[in-house]
Amino acid sequence: MNITKTAKISLMALNRNKMRSFLTALGIIIGVGAVIAMVSIGQGAKAEVEQRFTEMGTNLLFVRPGSMSFRGRSGGGGSYTTLKDSDAKAILENCDAVQYVSANVSTRAQIVFGNKNWNSSINGVGDKYPQIRNWDVEYGVFFDENQVRTGQKVCVLGSEVTENLFEGADPIGQIIRLNKIPFRVLGILEEKGEAGGFGSRDDMIAVPYTTAKSRLLNIDYIQSIDVSAVSAERTNEATAQIEEILRLRHKIAPGAEDDFNVRNMADIAEGASEATQILTILLGGIASISLLVGGIGIMNIMLVSVTERIREIGIRMSVGAREKDILLQFLTEAVVLSVLGGVLGICLGLGSSSLISKFAGMKTLVSIGSIALAFFFAGSVGVFFGFYPARKASKLDPIEALRYE
Amino acid sequence: MDNNNLIQLEHVSRIYQMGDSEVRALKGISCAIKHGDLLAVMGPSGSGKSTLMNIIGCLDKPSDGKYYLEGQEISTFNKNELARTRNRNIGFVFQNFNLLSRTTALENTELPLLYSDVPSKKSREMAMKALDMVGLKGRELHKTNQISGGEMQRVAIARALVNNPSLILADEPTGNLDTKTGLEIMEIFTSLHKERGITIILVTHDPEVAEIAHRRVYLRDGEIEREERN
Repeated sequence: MNITKTAKISLMALNRNKMRSFLTALGIIIGVGAVIAMVSIGQGAKAEVEQRFTEMGTNLLFVRPGSMSFRGRSGGGGSYTTLKDSDAKAILENCDAVQYVSANVSTRAQIVFGNKNWNSSINGVGDKYPQIRNWDVEYGVFFDENQVRTGQKVCVLGSEVTENLFEGADPIGQIIRLNKIPFRVLGILEEKGEAGGFGSRDDMIAVPYTTAKSRLLNIDYIQSIDVSAVSAERTNEATAQIEEILRLRHKIAPGAEDDFNVRNMADIAEGASEATQILTILLGGIASISLLVGGIGIMNIMLVSVTERIREIGIRMSVGAREKDILLQFLTEAVVLSVLGGVLGICLGLGSSSLISKFAGMKTLVSIGSIALAFFFAGSVGVFFGFYPARKASKLDPIEALRYE
Repeated sequence: MDNNNLIQLEHVSRIYQMGDSEVRALKGISCAIKHGDLLAVMGPSGSGKSTLMNIIGCLDKPSDGKYYLEGQEISTFNKNELARTRNRNIGFVFQNFNLLSRTTALENTELPLLYSDVPSKKSREMAMKALDMVGLKGRELHKTNQISGGEMQRVAIARALVNNPSLILADEPTGNLDTKTGLEIMEIFTSLHKERGITIILVTHDPEVAEIAHRRVYLRDGEIEREERN
């Protein structure tokens, strides 16, 4: 007996009982659909996070004070005072793989304009901040090198701050007060939106780091240095150069631990996408359970169906079906059901993931891999859970089966 | 053994184990059936008719004794060989038809060929021909739940015929039919026997049905009580 005939026999048998066939496959349809939809949510989140990081620039490096190697954790940024503006300048002057440097300090401040009050984070940055962070000024200008060097009281606003303080009025040239100190507004940064769970990136004000240090924080060190490498390919080279110059400047003996750390965007992005990977695995795992339940459903219905079809099996045996033929028939039925269920489930998964992204506003990403995996899994569920009922059917005694009412 | 015989039974007995007790359904039956015989097996219920049928039909094996079908010793066959023999050499007709429900007459008739080496296209032709022989031409695509009892039994006969078996076993073929339809079915058997020379064994307790047979074997308590020929 060949495959075509087995397939024909099984399809005929399934066709005889369409409703039962559909209900049997339903578990698999929902299981596969759920796996694909859930994994697409996880993958979507991952892609979104990666995209956010890429937007910031793949050639970005962060220099922070404190050692990174302390059990893999970095110490709190504000607690070290070892990084100075002269370090930032030295990096720019001595490292040829480095393009821009911006010394950073940050704080929060109460902002007052007229009768409006707002609390927001204040980033003290250098004049190359827009270039380093890929963040353009939408309206007006950013402060220049001269204004940074001389510690001018000027600022550039994030779009959310602008909306809250000015409500549509032209902010350029206006004076706002940060902790009662007057600052002149030079420009507005373009809108960036939510940062994947880190809150809005537009709720901030950029001021020259020199001004922030002396007027707002009253400190003589800086908290971090943003560096952009000449190109993404040269980030590792830039890291090495920065480490070399800083070790020299901080007088760190050979073999001693750095009192700073340099991390590049790729590392940070990797960490973040690892977190979303866990999310994917979690969602996929939960959905797989429903696939498993679907498989047990197939086994259940196939078992019931063996009992219900004892007479049919007897008839088939009386006309010459061997044990193997019956086994293959029932197994093929189970596999056909789970594969058909798999195909319908893929459609369901694709449909629901596009609905999720449309109505829930979540980014979803369906990968060929997850489709292939769900499909393969559905097929194996069919074989695995179909085997026991099929074997049971094939072991029936033809005489008793024929007599069965 | 005699090679002219289609079937040869030598001291065939069948013992069922029912818990602790043994039930001897057949007690050493010996009998030969020639090619082209039309034979009726008669006897009250419990006489061992069904057991004998199951053994001749290769659904069961004797506990003791030898059974030859076309010179092959069936009593030594394994399950797969038995299935193969049923498929190639034997056609069954049952009292309760035993057709697949919600399935067309054609598909039911084709069923034995699905388990043989006959290619799909040819099997369809053969099934159409068999249905024609039992007078169901034009009703091939009717489903079994849409046709009458008599028609169902015709489909069952077509199915028994389709693989050109050397033997048709009919177990109470008219038992579920009214007298008129029963007679029509018996006519089909007679004409199949006459025109095509197929060996037919009828199991029945209806003397009228047994009337058409050339040879009648009476069973009682697992033994051949007597035999009649005409």
